[in-house]
Amino acid sequence: MAKAEFDVPELQEYVDVPEVEEGTMAHVKSFVVTKPEHNTDLGFPGELVEDWHDKALEKLDDLRGRYRSLQVFLDACVKCGSCTDKCQYFLSTKDPKNMPVGRQDLLRKVYRRYFTFAGKYFPKLVGAEDLTRETLDDWYNYYHQCSQCRRCSVFCPYGIDTAEISMAAREILDSIGYGQKYCNEIIAKVHKIGNNLGLPGPAIENTLEGLEEDMVDDFGVEVKFPLDVKGAEVLLVTPSADFFVEPHVDGLIGYGKVFHEAGISWTMSTTASEAGNFGMFIGSYENMRRVALRVREAALELGVKRIVFGECGHAWRVAYAFLNTLAGPFDFLDPDYPVPQHICEFTDDLIKEGRLNLDKSQNDDMVLTFHDSCNVARATRMGDKPGGQFEIPRNVIKAVCNNYVDMHQDTIGEKTFCCGGGGGLLTDDLMETRVNGAVPRMTALQNAMNEKGVTHMAAICAICKSQFTKVLPYFGMEMDQIVSVHQLVGNALILTTQKSEGDDEEQENDD
Amino acid sequence: MSFFFALLFILASLVFVVGLTLKIIQYAKTPVPLKIVTTPAPVTKSGVVLRMFREVVFFESLFKSTKWTWIFSWVFHMALLLVLIRHLRYFIEPDAVPAVVWTLIELVQPFGMYAGFGMVLGLVGLFLRRVLVDRVRYISAPSDYLMLLMLGFIGFSGLMMTFVVHTDIVAIKQFFTFNGGQLPADFPLIIHLSLVALLMLIFPFSKLLHVPGIFFSPTRNQVDNPREKRHIVPWAKALEEEQN
Repeated sequence: MAKAEFDVPELQEYVDVPEVEEGTMAHVKSFVVTKPEHNTDLGFPGELVEDWHDKALEKLDDLRGRYRSLQVFLDACVKCGSCTDKCQYFLSTKDPKNMPVGRQDLLRKVYRRYFTFAGKYFPKLVGAEDLTRETLDDWYNYYHQCSQCRRCSVFCPYGIDTAEISMAAREILDSIGYGQKYCNEIIAKVHKIGNNLGLPGPAIENTLEGLEEDMVDDFGVEVKFPLDVKGAEVLLVTPSADFFVEPHVDGLIGYGKVFHEAGISWTMSTTASEAGNFGMFIGSYENMRRVALRVREAALELGVKRIVFGECGHAWRVAYAFLNTLAGPFDFLDPDYPVPQHICEFTDDLIKEGRLNLDKSQNDDMVLTFHDSCNVARATRMGDKPGGQFEIPRNVIKAVCNNYVDMHQDTIGEKTFCCGGGGGLLTDDLMETRVNGAVPRMTALQNAMNEKGVTHMAAICAICKSQFTKVLPYFGMEMDQIVSVHQLVGNALILTTQKSEGDDEEQENDD
Repeated sequence: MSFFFALLFILASLVFVVGLTLKIIQYAKTPVPLKIVTTPAPVTKSGVVLRMFREVVFFESLFKSTKWTWIFSWVFHMALLLVLIRHLRYFIEPDAVPAVVWTLIELVQPFGMYAGFGMVLGLVGLFLRRVLVDRVRYISAPSDYLMLLMLGFIGFSGLMMTFVVHTDIVAIKQFFTFNGGQLPADFPLIIHLSLVALLMLIFPFSKLLHVPGIFFSPTRNQVDNPREKRHIVPWAKALEEEQN
C-alpha cells in the first residue's frame, strides 16, 4: 500500500450511492499559479486582480454570449437529480458539491443572481447567491475536482454537460488571474518547447535512438522511430509521456512496429511533440487553438499526407472533434483518409487487410480487459459508425491476444468511469481527489479480477495510464497491471525479417 | 372578476409569448463554437431528429439514469400533454379548425379526463422524491418545491371541477373565445385559472426553460461529423483572420 495523508477508501463489492456529507472535499485545493509568467504566457493576468468580482461577472457574461452550451445549460436544469449519483468524485467523497448539479450550481447561483429576473428580485426563492470570496474559492476548489469526463451528460435529460460549466468556470478564474499551476505551467511549456513534459528536441531524439537500438538488439530488425523527416507519408502526434514513461513507451514501440510492418513512412515532430491539448481543460479557445496550430504547422512543414494521433483520451477529443475547427481546413492532406486518424483506426485497418503477422500467444501471460477512456467514449468516434470508439480498440486487442473479457457493463462503453485523473487533475497535489475518483473503476477491475481472472487492464490514454500506475498500489494492486493497447500489439506483432529462436527462416506476411 | 381575469390572461399570455420568444431568439443567436455532441451520436441530420424525438417523447437519457424519476416525470408530462390537448376545446370552435383536428380533440376527451390523475400522481412522486432523497433535497431551492405544488394544485383543482363540483363550462368557453361570457365565481376555478396564469408568467424566467432548452442543447442536437465537415462560427473565424 502506498502511504497516504488521507483515508484511502476500501473497495467494496459494489459502489453504493452514499448519503451526502457536506464539505468533505472543501479542503482540497490544487496549487494556484505562483509564478506570474505561467499566467501571462497564456494571456491572463499574472495574479488575482483587485476588481476580480466585476471582472469575473464580465467574463461570465461574455462567455454565455459566445457559448450556447453555457447559456442553455445554466437555464435548463430542473434539479431532477438524475446526475447526482453519476460522478466518480461524488460516489466516494460524498461531498454534494462533487455531484454534477452541485458543481454546476456553484456557477449557476451566481448567474441567477446577476443575470436573471428571478435571481435579481427573488434570490432566496430560486437559490441565487452573491459572488463572494468564499464562492470564488469554491469555484477554484471544486471546478478542479471535475475531470470533464462527461459521464453526467449521458444521463441528463437535457444533455447538460458539467465539463462545459467547468471549462467556463476555469476560464473565468484564469481571466482574473486565479489560474491552476498544473494546467497553466504545462500549457506555457507547450507554447515554449512543444510538449507537456518540456522535453527539448535532442532529448526526444536521444530516446528514439535508444528505442531503435533496442529493436536491433531484440529482434535484429531496424525498426525506425523517425523524427522531423520531411516527405514522410504520416505525421504521428502522440502524448509526450510516450517518449519515456512506462507503460506509455511500450505503446510507442508498438506504433513503430506497426508502421514498419505496414511499410508506411512516418515521422514525429519536435515542434508538435505533444498530442495533449490542455487548452481544453482551462476552457480557453485561444490557447487551445494556439496549441492545435502546431500540428497544422508541423504537417505543412514536413509535407506529410496524413495525420495520425497516438493513444491519448482528451487529446483524441481535441483531435477528432476540434482540430478541424481550430486548425483546419486540412485540404492539403490526402482526402482518402480522415483527418486526423486514431492509431487504433490505423492498426485496425491493417489487421483487417491482413497486413500484420500476429501471434496472439505472445500475450498469453495476461487476461485482459479494456478501460474505455472517458473522452474517447463520450466525445469522439472511431471509424464510420457511432460506437466505433468502443469496438475498434476491442477489435485490435482481440486480434492480438487470446484472453479478453469486459468489465461490468455499467462501467464500460458510454457509461465508463473516468480513471480519476483526467481534465487537469493529474497532479500530486490532487492525490486525494484522484484516489477517490478511481474507486468505481478500481471496484470494477477488482471484480473482474476476482470473477474472471483478469490480470491486466489496457487503455488508450496517457492520463489513464499515468493515473492507474499511480493509484493501483493504493488499492493493493500492482502498478504494471495497466498496459498500452499498442504494447499488446507490439508484443504480438512478428516482424517480417525478425530473427526467431533456432531458425532464420523468413516469414511471409501475406495471407 | 371576469374583467380582472381577462386582464390577467392578456398580461400572462403576453409575458409568456414575448418572454419565451426572446429566450428562443437568444438561444438561437448564441453561437456554438465547437462540436460537443455527447457520443455515440448520430452521424446524419435525420439521425439527430430521431435522437431528439426519443429524448423529447420517451426521455431516453433519464430512462438510462433512474427509473423512479423517469416513471414519475414521464407519466406527468404525457398526462399533461393529453390534458392540454383536451383543453383545446375550451378555446376552439369546432368549425374553426379542420375536421380531423376536432375529431382528435374529441377523441382525447375521455383520456384527457383521467390523465389528470396521472398528472397529479406523477407530481406527488416527484415531490416525494425531492423531499425523501437526500441528494435531491440538497439541490432543491424553495422554487423547486413550489413549482411542483403549483402544478399539483392546478391538476387537483381541475380534477375537482371535472369530477366533484362541476363548473359552468359553457360560460368559461364564451369567456375565453371572447363571446362575452362571465366566469363563474367557483372556488376551484379561481384557483385553477390564477395558478395557470402564474405559471405562464414565470415560464420565461424559470427552469421551465427546459422546454425550449432541450431543442438547443448542443450535446443532443449536433451531428457527429467534425472530421467530415469543418465547423466554424463567426467569432472564431474572426479570431482566425485576426491572427493569420
